[in-house]
Amino acid sequence: MGQISTTKDLSVVFIKPSRGWVLPQIRDVWVYRGLLYFLVWRDLKVRYKQTVLGILWAIIQPFFLMVIFSVFFGRLARIPSEGIPYPIFAYAALLPWTYFAQSLNACNNSLVGNSHLITKVYFPRLIIPISSVLSGLVNFGISFSILLAMMLYYQITPTLAALLLPFLTIMAMATALGAGLWLSALNVQYRDIRYAISFLIQFWFFATPVVYPSNLVPNKWRLIYALNPMVGIVEGFRRALLGKGQIICPMFILSIIIIVLLLVTGILYFRRMEKGFADVV
Amino acid sequence: MSDIVIHTENLSKLYRIGEYQGGYRTLRETIVNAFSAPFRYLRRHPQSSNLNPGLDLIWALKDISFEVKRGEVVGIIGPNGAGKSTLLRILSRITEPTEGWAEIQGRVGSLLEVGTGFHHELTGRENIYLNGAILGMKKGEIDRKFDEIVAFAEIEKFIDTPVKRYSSGMRVRLAFAVAAHLEPEILLVDEVLAVGDAAFQKKCLGKMGEVAGEGRTVLFVSHNMAAIENLCDKAVLLESGHITQQGSTPTIVRDYLESILRNVVSVPLSERKDRSGSGKVRFTSFHVEDNHGRSVTALQSGKDAAFVFGYSCARGEFPRSVSVGFGPFTNDGRLLFVLYSSYTAQDFQSIPPSGHFRCCIPRLPLAPGRYRIRARITVGGEEADWPKDGIGYVEIAAGDFYGTGSLGFGNNCPFLVDGSWSVTSQ
Repeated sequence: MGQISTTKDLSVVFIKPSRGWVLPQIRDVWVYRGLLYFLVWRDLKVRYKQTVLGILWAIIQPFFLMVIFSVFFGRLARIPSEGIPYPIFAYAALLPWTYFAQSLNACNNSLVGNSHLITKVYFPRLIIPISSVLSGLVNFGISFSILLAMMLYYQITPTLAALLLPFLTIMAMATALGAGLWLSALNVQYRDIRYAISFLIQFWFFATPVVYPSNLVPNKWRLIYALNPMVGIVEGFRRALLGKGQIICPMFILSIIIIVLLLVTGILYFRRMEKGFADVV
Repeated sequence: MSDIVIHTENLSKLYRIGEYQGGYRTLRETIVNAFSAPFRYLRRHPQSSNLNPGLDLIWALKDISFEVKRGEVVGIIGPNGAGKSTLLRILSRITEPTEGWAEIQGRVGSLLEVGTGFHHELTGRENIYLNGAILGMKKGEIDRKFDEIVAFAEIEKFIDTPVKRYSSGMRVRLAFAVAAHLEPEILLVDEVLAVGDAAFQKKCLGKMGEVAGEGRTVLFVSHNMAAIENLCDKAVLLESGHITQQGSTPTIVRDYLESILRNVVSVPLSERKDRSGSGKVRFTSFHVEDNHGRSVTALQSGKDAAFVFGYSCARGEFPRSVSVGFGPFTNDGRLLFVLYSSYTAQDFQSIPPSGHFRCCIPRLPLAPGRYRIRARITVGGEEADWPKDGIGYVEIAAGDFYGTGSLGFGNNCPFLVDGSWSVTSQ
């Protein structure tokens, strides 16, 4: 476990049974940031080993989904796209959605996948799900370049609202991490989660305005619909990039509140279950 | 800062077995449990395991209190399942104690396994960085020691080859090389020297000795009594989760080996619990016979001898292709040889329900002394019985192995080999 600390006062470790809810060790995570870096680095190094197309896979998946959606939902089903060309309407939403779905999935499997580390070395366990959310960012960045190319093609100039993109990305990260913390901790105990996750992600996909605009949802369902934080994030992405509609609206504020709640409870639950990981995983 | 760097007080760890034995549970079980638990409670079902938690719980460690001073090298010994690894896992903060506490002063490095976190797709170079970071080294620290690590592992040529193309020996060498260059103030080491070839093991022991010599504090778990006696000034003996003795290493090691002997001698083989295997065939007795077929308490070097293993099959079992093997251990825990009936193509296709396996060894090549015998039976290649502490002892008296009256080199060289000498001109 090496660096418990770099400072003298932290180098005394007191080991005792913890009871009930415990506080997050944010400071400990900071001390172990070097390991966090190497875990992300490992994920990236390993991800496309022994593939022919390599890093292109980061683009292929959202790109072809966009093509399929454009044909089926845009052309055949004629789903309205707020006056924006359907391909870019779909891609602007697929970008945060793909990042979220991949991160959530990686997060969920992260603890079980790293069980050989958990049972042999000490480090703040929070590092593992955090690293899987961070390593997804590289794919996100690469597929973003396609979006820029598409914006050039369709001659869409981003507005000032595009400055909100980093914040929206952080929101997507926080959502994936919050939900991922819950699921990964549960997955250690109950391997059912592994099978439920693909279903959950599919369900979540249709509950998020990726292939359709959110104003298609009837007014009376809007409030329940907005409880899904990905609604605010995906709509936010679309509006920030394509410059249609207001980003900051009550729905968006609600998303932020829900994300904070999800993340805080996720961390608390994770910390509560953490002590049993090495014995159960 | 005081001079005591590790202090534990009544450290205890409770493990659940039985219901939880499968490791993880499925959601269904929990839901079923949650719904049925209140009803069970109403019915007051006395056999129900949930109401009798004592049945499912086991104290892997109980009331462990000890202190380690700065710079001490402490060996932790004890039989399998005594809680040695659990103790190191708690001190490494991998798992929490159920009761009690421990206080540790200083940077702790723990080495519970060689090559933790190695990724087979990554190259040797990449794995050095990854493994180093996992063990708690900073990037700058790894940069500085990189060449030293590579040289220690003797893999210069393959440093940019993926580890999956390495031989298992190379992998172990690389892994140990990284671990050996950890520089924590306190080092916790679990049975990691049991891997690798003999030459490399020796190199690792040397490195461990160096670490100990630099005044760092080391806690060292091993079954290798020679290594413990070599490296450790103090030893702690753990038995079924309790500290039964602590003190200077030679005394503790001697007492431990004697306690094994007492167990092996005083408990009839058929009633011993320290065994693994399917139980299709089990050892029931062990004795040795001299060259006249008489049961004896001591054999003589150089005389023909027979090792006789009584067995019985489980009821209704008619095991096929049975192999029996045994090997003698010296007092300091070194294994001298292993002989399975399969090595000489003498497996037993079918055996009577009970009886004796007899292994005759011509001109017994062991020097005088006392040897612990461990033995194992397999049926169709699958382990049937393996008493962990061994099945007994043989006493060997001096004998005329060479046929010349010479007793040979002496007691600290346990193995005798015959040969013929000649001299030729150039």
